[in-house]
Amino acid sequence: MNAPTPSRRAFLRNAAAGAGVFTLGATVPFGRAWAQLDSPVISFPPYDPNVFLQISALDNTVTLICKHLEMGQGIATGLATLVAEELDACWDQMRFTLAPAHLSRYRNLEYVAVQATGGSTSTSEAWLQMRQIGAAARAMFVTAAALAWKVPEAEIAVKDGLVTHGAHEATLGSLAGAAMALPPPLVVKLKDAKNWRLIGAHKPLPRLDSEMKTNGTATFAFDVRCRDMLTVMVCRPDVFGAKVASFDASEATKIPNVKCVELPSGVAVYAPNTWAAIEGRKRLKVKWDCSNAERRSTIEMFKEYRTHLGQKGVPVERRGNASAALDRAATKLEREFQFPFLAHAPMEPLNCTVELSANGAEICAGSQVQTIDHLAAAFVLGLRPDQVKINTLLAGGSFGRRGNPSSDWIVEACHAAKAINGSAPVHLVWTREDDIKGGFYRPMVLHHVRAGLTADGQLSGWQHQLVSKSIFAEATSIKAIDKIFDRLFVEGGLDSSSVEGVKGTPYAITDFDVRQHNVTTAVPVTWWRSVGNSHTAFVMETMIDELAVSAHKDPVEFRLELLAADPRACAVVRLARDKSNWKTAPTGDGRGQGIAFHYSFGTRVAMVAEVIVNGDTIKVDRIVAAVDVGIAVNPDLVKSQVEGAIGFALSMALRNQITFDRGVVQQSNFDDYEPTRMRDMPKVEVHIVRSDKDPTGIGEPAVPVVAPSIGNAIFAATRKRHYALPLGYGSIPPDYLTGDSPQAQ
Amino acid sequence: MVTVPLNVNGRSANVPVDSEKMPLLWVLRDIMGLTGTKYGCGRALCGACTVHIDGEAARSCSIMVGDAAGKTIVTIEGVTCPQAEAKSCPQTESDRCAKAVLAAWRRLNVVQCGYCQSGQIMSAITLLKKIPKPTCKDIDLGMEGNICRCGTYQRIRKAICLASDMLDGKAL
Repeated sequence: MNAPTPSRRAFLRNAAAGAGVFTLGATVPFGRAWAQLDSPVISFPPYDPNVFLQISALDNTVTLICKHLEMGQGIATGLATLVAEELDACWDQMRFTLAPAHLSRYRNLEYVAVQATGGSTSTSEAWLQMRQIGAAARAMFVTAAALAWKVPEAEIAVKDGLVTHGAHEATLGSLAGAAMALPPPLVVKLKDAKNWRLIGAHKPLPRLDSEMKTNGTATFAFDVRCRDMLTVMVCRPDVFGAKVASFDASEATKIPNVKCVELPSGVAVYAPNTWAAIEGRKRLKVKWDCSNAERRSTIEMFKEYRTHLGQKGVPVERRGNASAALDRAATKLEREFQFPFLAHAPMEPLNCTVELSANGAEICAGSQVQTIDHLAAAFVLGLRPDQVKINTLLAGGSFGRRGNPSSDWIVEACHAAKAINGSAPVHLVWTREDDIKGGFYRPMVLHHVRAGLTADGQLSGWQHQLVSKSIFAEATSIKAIDKIFDRLFVEGGLDSSSVEGVKGTPYAITDFDVRQHNVTTAVPVTWWRSVGNSHTAFVMETMIDELAVSAHKDPVEFRLELLAADPRACAVVRLARDKSNWKTAPTGDGRGQGIAFHYSFGTRVAMVAEVIVNGDTIKVDRIVAAVDVGIAVNPDLVKSQVEGAIGFALSMALRNQITFDRGVVQQSNFDDYEPTRMRDMPKVEVHIVRSDKDPTGIGEPAVPVVAPSIGNAIFAATRKRHYALPLGYGSIPPDYLTGDSPQAQ
Repeated sequence: MVTVPLNVNGRSANVPVDSEKMPLLWVLRDIMGLTGTKYGCGRALCGACTVHIDGEAARSCSIMVGDAAGKTIVTIEGVTCPQAEAKSCPQTESDRCAKAVLAAWRRLNVVQCGYCQSGQIMSAITLLKKIPKPTCKDIDLGMEGNICRCGTYQRIRKAICLASDMLDGKAL
């Protein structure tokens, strides 16, 4: 593999355009640029060779400045693997730090003008860029050694972080000063795949964040401490769209050093520590103006959703003649599917530190879409973006919550800082109740599908309507941000994120008609891990499964017929089938197997779930997953993302929902919005298709197939078909199950 | 403002707190600066705030600091007991379990976001101290109170089994 070989001029132009960006030294001066961004949170080693890589002469460490938020997905380890591979660094010397908000340096190359971690793009967008960084740095070390030792560059070897020639040997750290004084190479040659030592390595590389996350030293945004910092909690209304009418803080301010100030989102309680803020907020009395608030209950909202089904809606995808094909069909299925609002519930609740100074502002947050947060913060604070510095901190999960089109929590923290004129640094903290009740949910969605089969069991027509609130349309009141989103995601009212997974389905549906209806509600919505696919996959895979049964075909074979044009899809379906004892697994006693396949974010995933159903309780006993992510840069991280996606999605499949009673969210904490627990977790096997294609995403793509594979398994076990999530089963008591041996491998 | 005598990670101090009713979690995090112990729910539902009090796993978000006075408190920062090693003190059973748990957690790349893992580790240590060879059901019950939203349960389960083997002299 050879990287492009541009002239220097072309090189800079390419860098500006972002095609295979290589910024090492070419566009950013060493050292100085960073000095302006120096930060108390991120401390920089002595050498700043460029914006992505720092190699220390002091301790011989190689630090990746990770352009993506590390929120558990392992991207810091993943990108470091790419750099270390080409640099020929030793894995033990690799470190990482998270890049601050800086669009021109850390832009997501798959998006137009956003620094963002999302859409399962991180590995694919940085795949070439990170390897080029490593290769360029390696070339500079080779040149530095050649000059120092007066030997030809071609005779110099780099291996495991050591640069050698005959009797000469030097660490990367010892050559760092000389290497970084050199001009960057104009051409970089990347390794052939056969020479990879780290990419795709069978032996798992230790995660770079493993030690810090097992000894209490990892600093999440929640752990940021500044001198004289005030903790802020905001008292928000029970119903979305309400405003503060008046408030009485007399009881709250009896707590020493507590004060209360009105913000656009509610009344802020400032206190010297978290407990005082919690206590202060309990004593605050707020009257709300609910004249524009959402006061409906869930059932009324669904009623309104249904009224849209008779309307024209926004055309999404149309081919053939679905209506005529359905008229011809021998068997017709007409099904409605309901999906509730869902909270993300990351373990670390939202929080953000803002410190104002005479010259600007410094923010610490687990920022996922830094560019939006950056623009929004500057807008609220009345500053230019270059006056606002956002330090990216480790995030204790996100699942989309920390990335939302209106940066609600960053905005709220900025208002809190501004409301006291920056007299102290503020740490806005949300409690779990704030999180569960706070909106920015996965939208509530209604699907209506009509699909037909010919007498010989072929698909004959598919009409699909979907009703949802759009995430992107009218995302925010900040024009600069709206423009970004409109350009990216919204076209003539069509929000692809609502309907992805139906739109672009790899199933060969000849006569297909998909329409979308956008509803309005004051309930704020945002991306939720796998976004539209979190519901569309359930609809597609439930329908396909039911059609297969109606056609008297094996659900695997039926899918393979419809996926024949996509060999990679067929391969994952077959792999999941073959590894799961499909059809030969034990049945009876409430046992059943179900399969689901979905394509999202460039990745194909198939899962076979085995369930044991006993009345209204269930044990998801085993899930076998097969994935095609192209080249698996870190197979162990790919597996952990699939295992984790199953753990994450299981509670959404079985029990999680946000419901409204006259506008008030009925859930509040982990008792009534209970994530998966240890007892729920099935045995998971993950199989990765070997591939030489460029890598695709894995943070999200395993989520969509979890619920439908379980739903289809429940059908196999009970002949009961489910058309809504959550499925509504409780956990089978552990005593019901036998087979009690530990599973250490 | 009152002071409460606390013994945390082998050190005793009179700690100034807002009230004896202040949850231990916020005393550890906001007053003592021990931020390795996490807030997740505030109601003992998720276990992110798990610490050891007199050797038992306890949810620090739901224990008033006054009730922890005079007891031996160990947080994630203290589980490996570096002071004891420096002085070549005899290792306690807790120290042995902690070492094995941390080693197993790292070897199996258990963590994802990592926010819950302090609590998971604290619970796993007490589980292994009580049940050196846990069955699946023992693990289900022993780890029931610790939520991991990233869904690392499978690896936690394996890591507990691996740590158990390590303590048994196997798999080292």
